[in-house]
Amino acid sequence: MRHDHIVTAKQLSRADIEAVLDRAAEIDADPAGWTDHRPDALLGLCFFEPSTRTRMSFETAIKRLGGDAVDMGATDESAVAKGESLADTVRVIGGYVDALVLRHPREGAAKLAAEHVDVPLVNGGDGAGHHPTQTLLDLYTLRESTGLDGIDVGIVGDLKYGRTVHSLARALTNFDARQHFVSPESLQLPASVRYDLHERGAAVREHTDLSSVLGELDALYVTRIQRERFPDETEYREVAGQYRIDESTLAAARDDVVVMHPLPRVDEIAPEVDETDNARYFQQAHNGVPVRMALLDLLLEGSA
Amino acid sequence: MTDDDLLVASIEDGTVIDHVRAGQALNVLAVLGIDGSGGDRVSVGMNVASERLGRKDVVKVEDRELSRTEVDVVSLIAPEATINIIRDFEVARKERVDRPDEVVGVLACPNPRCITAADEPVDSRFDVLDDGVRCAYCETIVREGIADLIAGD
Repeated sequence: MRHDHIVTAKQLSRADIEAVLDRAAEIDADPAGWTDHRPDALLGLCFFEPSTRTRMSFETAIKRLGGDAVDMGATDESAVAKGESLADTVRVIGGYVDALVLRHPREGAAKLAAEHVDVPLVNGGDGAGHHPTQTLLDLYTLRESTGLDGIDVGIVGDLKYGRTVHSLARALTNFDARQHFVSPESLQLPASVRYDLHERGAAVREHTDLSSVLGELDALYVTRIQRERFPDETEYREVAGQYRIDESTLAAARDDVVVMHPLPRVDEIAPEVDETDNARYFQQAHNGVPVRMALLDLLLEGSA
Repeated sequence: MTDDDLLVASIEDGTVIDHVRAGQALNVLAVLGIDGSGGDRVSVGMNVASERLGRKDVVKVEDRELSRTEVDVVSLIAPEATINIIRDFEVARKERVDRPDEVVGVLACPNPRCITAADEPVDSRFDVLDDGVRCAYCETIVREGIADLIAGD
């Protein structure tokens, strides 16, 4: 894999993705064998909005490779609070570390930041834009469960603002995966994602009713529908309820359907689903560590 | 001499942007960053009769030859335009506009959550699509009303 920065999932070819997933599988098979692999590597964590899983799994990943992480801390306690630009912040921190992870509330932030640093920069989520490392762990989980070719994937929930959806949909165009987009009309895919899917020759199959496609799916990728996207609580409850996954949903689906979620969930997957063989979302979250170890290892290898 | 002839009358040296879609002349000037403050002598003809377009606008900028990049940017809002470079009252060069691959620093991204809408030291950058433009940072696609995005509007 030859990339200086990981900004979007669409920059990744099938070979790039497989290189990361293969390395992750090697790490998964023998975690102890990698503990001193990157003993001098220092990862900078620049999180301009709150994150639990992404931040902690990157920190865990670099430490499990034998390296260490330095964290910018909360933005209200840093130079950002004094009005420093993102470009200046990452340029300074990029001089301290061997690689950077950026999470930022604005779309395009990672692309801009990458133009101002000399070390590899990884987009840990930029507004409603991209979240490529989530996609890599999603693909790793899918590959382990169903394989990545010849599958039908249902992507459900907030497709308009969900950055994990935007990245996953683009990455899946590298594989023989049929994508079904299930959402209320007001939360359908944005024009930019549609454009990229069309350019890659991928069909955009859209549904407002999950039951119309549920029986065909090998995997169900569920995302959170956020309350703030709706004018009032009643409308939100009505819409969110239509896409809630529970035992009755599973009863209407294929027996071996795999249920995934980037987490955190609120109530879009009922707790009763957790104990079924279909549930993969906790395993999916755990996969964040070996996949991010693999990605960091490959990026550090390339820049060494 | 008719009124229309008067409007497109010759200049000694400079650039005549002809066959601009009616109503877009002021946007052409805005795209080129011409607002009079630079001292350019400019004349604008609006809704002039045109065989090709029915009605067209014409923009004449004296003593200034537009660069290829400037001409390309004009194509975003006036795709049918022709550019005449005038030297000593003669048309020294006549060319159609070409759509550029990208435009830098001309359009402002309409997405309020785009990083270029924050106070960052960066020029806006748009990739030019067949049927619109796309912000190179946040990837927002704009197909209608591109002229409304001209920075400073």
